[in-house]
Amino acid sequence: MAKAGEVKLIGGWPSPFVMRPRIALNLKGVEYEFLEEKFGAKSELLLRSNPVHKKIPVLLHANRPVCESLVIVQYVDEAWPSSGPSILPSDPYDRATARFWAAYIDEKWFPSMSGIMRAQGEEAKKAAIDQVVEGLSLLEDTFGKISKGKPFFGGDTIGFLDIALGCFLGWLRVTEKTHGLKLLDEAKVPGLAKWAERFCADDAVKGVMPETEKLAEFAKLIMAKFKAPPPQ
Amino acid sequence: MGEELKLLGMWGSLFSRRVEMALKIKGVEYEYSEQEIFHNKSASLLKYNPVHKKVPVLIHNGKPIAESQVILEYIDDTWKDHPILPQDPYERAMARFWAKFLDEKCVPALWKACMSVGPEREKTQEEACELLSTLEGELKGKKFFGGENIGFVDIVADVLGYWVGVLQEAVGVDILTEDKFPVLCRWAEDFRNCPVVKENLPPRDRLLAFFITQSEMLNSLQQK
Repeated sequence: MAKAGEVKLIGGWPSPFVMRPRIALNLKGVEYEFLEEKFGAKSELLLRSNPVHKKIPVLLHANRPVCESLVIVQYVDEAWPSSGPSILPSDPYDRATARFWAAYIDEKWFPSMSGIMRAQGEEAKKAAIDQVVEGLSLLEDTFGKISKGKPFFGGDTIGFLDIALGCFLGWLRVTEKTHGLKLLDEAKVPGLAKWAERFCADDAVKGVMPETEKLAEFAKLIMAKFKAPPPQ
Repeated sequence: MGEELKLLGMWGSLFSRRVEMALKIKGVEYEYSEQEIFHNKSASLLKYNPVHKKVPVLIHNGKPIAESQVILEYIDDTWKDHPILPQDPYERAMARFWAKFLDEKCVPALWKACMSVGPEREKTQEEACELLSTLEGELKGKKFFGGENIGFVDIVADVLGYWVGVLQEAVGVDILTEDKFPVLCRWAEDFRNCPVVKENLPPRDRLLAFFITQSEMLNSLQQK
């Protein structure tokens, strides 16, 4: 067990990427100090700890920084191997499957979702929505195959892929609310819809998933930035 | 043994060659299947990588794995001799960080810098050089990113070890040069001289011709 003060996480409450290591640390029962960054200004500590990207989250373990959310999650899994459940599966093929879909989520699915928020004009918005829906349908299939009837992608407990996807549920709800959509539709993606409820209710997630209302307010702030037409 | 290992790859692809380097490090035998990657994708490729329809795909006892870095980790998880990733969790995190940096930032930036024309060129080249400076700094004092022997990051950095040199020549730009990046260039030479790399590089003149054709195609598209 880490002593308080030995583990710190630099982050911000609205960021789904920051949520990932928080869930991982919670699963492992590791105490940590949460260093909240002020929106719009980057702290000295952040710039020093992540000089390459200057982004959150950054984990500081005995003052050594680890950056990139999924790299941090894997680090937490490997640095505290005997605490809590395993986050990555133990079988090499299952691990590869989890990593493949996590990469898909980060490289394809999440950009398509933030594409809805940024779309200029109805046509562009519809195209972005279609992409997200298609992605969710693919993930629904994947959930069916990987979970094998268990509650999570990781089986009985939350695992790597649950964390990779689940962290976006807050933003997904804000997107649905803002645009009057039903993306996580029980009729179309029943497996994922139920999984989402279980994920958000889990002890490791409850305290770090922001309330939709609060997130929607925050979204209004940053949407103003995105919706401004690009300089010609 | 009863192991069936097949690689769907492409001779010129730096992603595909990474997997071959890793398999050679592990001393594992595999069947290689050359794929069409632009048109006429094979039924196999579409079946085993329906999500991205890209190479490389490793098929182990009938089960496919796609995405080169995912495949490298799978190979390391499955065959324990001659580890590719470090053992220590912090070192592993560093290796994964740099591998992500290479694929997410460096590869696209280098491609852009080499393929852009006109006023865009200066900016994209500057961006690529900035990224290379970061890597130059990371390498100082070490023979390879992996230490005494090549490892995960070195394999993922194959773009710098070989491909970018050929690409630069094809389009007539100077990004990775000895005067600007002496440490990286020294690393690149050591990298190319490793037996598992040397015997796995696509023939230079064939790759050069390939890049020249690609560049000409892109130029004609950009001018339309």
